[in-house]
Amino acid sequence: MNYKMINEKDTIAAICTGLTGSGINIIRISGDESFNIAEKIFRSVSDKKISDMGRFSVNYGFIVDNKDSATEKTVDEVLLLKMQAPHSYTKENVIEIDCHGGILVTKRILELVLKTGARLAEPGEFTKRAFLNGRIDLSQAEAVIDIINAKSNLALNNSVKQLKGQVKDKIISLRDSIISKTAYIEAALDDPEHISLDGFTEELEPEMERILSEISKLVASSDDGRLINEGINTCILGLPNAGKSSLLNALLDEDRAIVTDIAGTTRDVLKETVTFGDVVLNIFDTAGIRDTEDIIEKIGVDKAKKEAENADLILYVVDLKEGLTDEDKKILEEIKDKKIVLIYNKSDLVLPEQVEDMNCQSPVIPGEGEGSIQKVNSVKISSLTGEGIDELKDLIKKLFYSGSITNEEDIIITNERHRELLISAEQSVRNVFEGIEAGVSEDFLTIDMMDAYEALGKIVGESVEDDLADRIFRDFCMGK
Amino acid sequence: MQYEDYDVAVIGAGHAGCEAALACARLGLKTIVFTVSVDSIAMMPCNPNVGGTSKGHLVREVDALGGEMGKNIDRTFIQSKMLNTSKGPAVHSLRAQADKKEYSSSMRRVLENTDNLTIRQDEVSEILVEYFDSVEQNKEASDNKEKSDIFIKYVTGVKTTSDNVYPCKAAILCTGVYLKARCIYGEVSKYTGPNGLPAANSLTASLIDLGIDVRRFKTGTPARIDKRSIDFSKMEEQFGDEKIVPFSFENRSEDLECEQVSCWLTYTNEETHKIIRENIDRSPLFSGAIEGVGPRYCPSIEDKVMRFADKDRHQVFIEPEGNYTNEMYISGMSSSLPEDVQYKMYRSVPGLENAKIVRNAYAIEYDCINATELLPTLEFKTISGLFSAGQSNGSSGYEEAAAQGIIAGINAAMKLLNKEPLILDRSDGYIGVLIDDLVTKETQEPYRMMTSRAEYRLLLRQDNADLRLSKYGYRVGLLSKERYEKTVEKQKIIDEEIERLKNTSVGTSEKVLELLRSYNSTELTSGITLAELVRRPELSYSMLAPIDKNRPQIDETIAEQINIELKYEGYISRQIKQVEQYKKLEKKKIPADFDYDAVPSLRIEARQKLKKIRPVSIGQASRISGVSPADINVLVVFMKL
Repeated sequence: MNYKMINEKDTIAAICTGLTGSGINIIRISGDESFNIAEKIFRSVSDKKISDMGRFSVNYGFIVDNKDSATEKTVDEVLLLKMQAPHSYTKENVIEIDCHGGILVTKRILELVLKTGARLAEPGEFTKRAFLNGRIDLSQAEAVIDIINAKSNLALNNSVKQLKGQVKDKIISLRDSIISKTAYIEAALDDPEHISLDGFTEELEPEMERILSEISKLVASSDDGRLINEGINTCILGLPNAGKSSLLNALLDEDRAIVTDIAGTTRDVLKETVTFGDVVLNIFDTAGIRDTEDIIEKIGVDKAKKEAENADLILYVVDLKEGLTDEDKKILEEIKDKKIVLIYNKSDLVLPEQVEDMNCQSPVIPGEGEGSIQKVNSVKISSLTGEGIDELKDLIKKLFYSGSITNEEDIIITNERHRELLISAEQSVRNVFEGIEAGVSEDFLTIDMMDAYEALGKIVGESVEDDLADRIFRDFCMGK
Repeated sequence: MQYEDYDVAVIGAGHAGCEAALACARLGLKTIVFTVSVDSIAMMPCNPNVGGTSKGHLVREVDALGGEMGKNIDRTFIQSKMLNTSKGPAVHSLRAQADKKEYSSSMRRVLENTDNLTIRQDEVSEILVEYFDSVEQNKEASDNKEKSDIFIKYVTGVKTTSDNVYPCKAAILCTGVYLKARCIYGEVSKYTGPNGLPAANSLTASLIDLGIDVRRFKTGTPARIDKRSIDFSKMEEQFGDEKIVPFSFENRSEDLECEQVSCWLTYTNEETHKIIRENIDRSPLFSGAIEGVGPRYCPSIEDKVMRFADKDRHQVFIEPEGNYTNEMYISGMSSSLPEDVQYKMYRSVPGLENAKIVRNAYAIEYDCINATELLPTLEFKTISGLFSAGQSNGSSGYEEAAAQGIIAGINAAMKLLNKEPLILDRSDGYIGVLIDDLVTKETQEPYRMMTSRAEYRLLLRQDNADLRLSKYGYRVGLLSKERYEKTVEKQKIIDEEIERLKNTSVGTSEKVLELLRSYNSTELTSGITLAELVRRPELSYSMLAPIDKNRPQIDETIAEQINIELKYEGYISRQIKQVEQYKKLEKKKIPADFDYDAVPSLRIEARQKLKKIRPVSIGQASRISGVSPADINVLVVFMKL
């Protein structure tokens, strides 16, 4: 036999929370044996048996080793959640143990669970069971990963949208258009007497153009999608004392609660993630900014270039009182291919009527060719009072999300698998045009039309793909 | 009484039965073929031609496997034409008008002179079976097969209406339209097969006894009209091609000689349609007197008029039935209307004003089986040794029948010879598409082959059937070593020549420029490979001969392959990618004993269909109507395929 059945009898367990020393950790057990396992390792304060607990209940007590023996030993004080099938994530009997957050104690409890008869779950296996037991379909399972991975509200919204099927609706309507044209060609090939293809390509072309532009829009949105999901790589530049450090602090203050430090302690942070609402900024070399702010240091053009290299966005800070210096202009000239926001900082130190006279009304830098200029977006802020920060956020949104972010109805592709398939569908539609141009007969065009149709189908699970399920569940982390 | 033992009994000697019987006998099995009338062997009761759109592909594939149909039509055609030549090579299709009488007697001669083959005029009334005693015995019986069968009984012989028993190890049903056949036009209804031949009225009951699902389909044929009563001056003459392409890869164009006859084209008109509409209530199709399901793609004229109400005319082709008869076949106007309406209707068509009908148009109803009860080998899933092929499987058309016939014959033989069965898949040929559709999709009407059904048709061209399938014909033993090696050699020449063209550049010599100018092709500014030039739409491989001094002497059919392979290389490689995708799912096999009830999230409809059809692979499962991609994904995850 060339297949291996998932053993339905297996009861699986895993730690569902990241083992990072958080306040609590959760261990999930799912399967027929989960209640029996819990019975053997849990002693409730009221000494209630698992079977006597409510079908859907939270129970306070202790995880114990060697229960009911002379050597019974308490491992941890926990909350135990009992969820009776089918009212659980997997539609099976599920036990969740909320234990203290220590790495050691969590592992100890998991070991106990495994010793008592559960098997360690494979990554994504809980979700796989939810899928096999008919609780969710494959595209919902896929959206579950996206939700887990979502870093911003917008990314989350998009994943939820996908869960609700908006991406699906869009793709399905594109597929319908393609298949109806294909079907016409096929019908004409089979019944040339009654169905004529004369002049059909003139009809086909505009429809394919429409489809191409819709697909291209989705592909473009997936660029937004990456920025939404992963954040905008941002670099703060400016001359010494322009106020880079205070800007960074102002940005961090903005949403203190979800500032995360990636690399370790606050002092030697290399990257900080700032989330304000829909926008995630990954700000690089923040330690550098802090360390060098007070040191007399000439920021070289070369250094600026180097730092800007990998950035999606450059926040270029200028001291409002100083205005745009020749040196600033030189640096801006070097990095003009990037998306830049010119920030006139320290507006709190300047009286409003003075601003008018400042060298900032027309923030321009020399463009290509003599005398040409290029407009740069600019904003006046005060890191101290927070004035202008909202305006900055709006500006960034406008710069990156080509309007799509502001429209709640728009669909943004955030999933890499979807993006690949859209690009493949886009290429196939381009091949159709190539064919029309080369004047090949219609029976060739359907080859590429069907390729586009299939690629789109794979996004929404309407085409069968040999390793689709694998690809989806592979991306899951342990414990989900 | 009991007669001598046979290996294989073939029931029916139509287009399926002939191929099945010939395949078995040629593979050395002692074979008997039953027919209700020896005079009707390979009879063409409907259209007088072989081939046509996508059907031409089937004939060439049958030939590449070592079948007879292609050779037989090459012997007996009276007009030959390559259709759809304005379209791409994938949809070019060969069609030949046959001399019906000659076609039939020529095939009969072949059968009569084939070793190991016995012809017997008799009606088979019963398939004799035994039950497997134990699971082990069953296992043994199916050891050499894909594990997709669940045999519970096996064939031991057949019995005729005269109660004679012919013991055999395998039987092949090729009953065509004869099971409980009923011919109908207007209020007239007769329980006969086509052309008044006796129907086979007993076998259905035996099939039902065996637990086989029997269904009722219908088809129809137009009137035959006396040539002398037709005014051809009001019609467009349709000539055959000057250059004849043989159906059989064994024949060369120059070897086929034929004084070609013409067909004629005329059209129905508003008057015709009015007559039909006014009398539609007298059509047994619309009155409900016919219960069988008819073919949507080969509709009667009353169907066409009612369905395409906006069309003011339909094509009518007038085709000769043979060289030595005045009967003309009125293609496009099959009908089951009453005789008086038929007269009015035909006579409203330009050129047929004084038409004299020789034979009326009629519809015919018949019993057929549900082919989803068959394995892809065409053997019944539950009855070891019982195969079924042709119109009795719910298909329509001579070519579809022949294609199934040869496969059923080969697989019956493979089974008895303990060899691997022959299953062609959808990327091997139209035969693969045809059989996969029949055993998977539960056709609700007579199934007709169509180019749109073949997903990979650019690879499945009629011109390369030999390159695709000769290896199978040779493997099973129907194709001679000589013919197989010729094909291998052909492929080698093609590959080498394409390679050479890709590596041969021509410069901007005056000779080259002159040639390009003569074909209005863009001039060169620098060197270019010959392959690049072949790809230009206005040029072809053969046109470039004058500037290709190292070109080897190459047969015309090989040159055609080189031209197509180069010109459409991009499309061909994209189709090959599609095939690779397709194959991945075909390779994921589902065991015959798979328990679909163990998969909790399959939808009920999908579960029922899967349990009934028991697909051999995930690929086949995905093509069952009522099984959604979501169900397939569930299966894949569940089986950890």
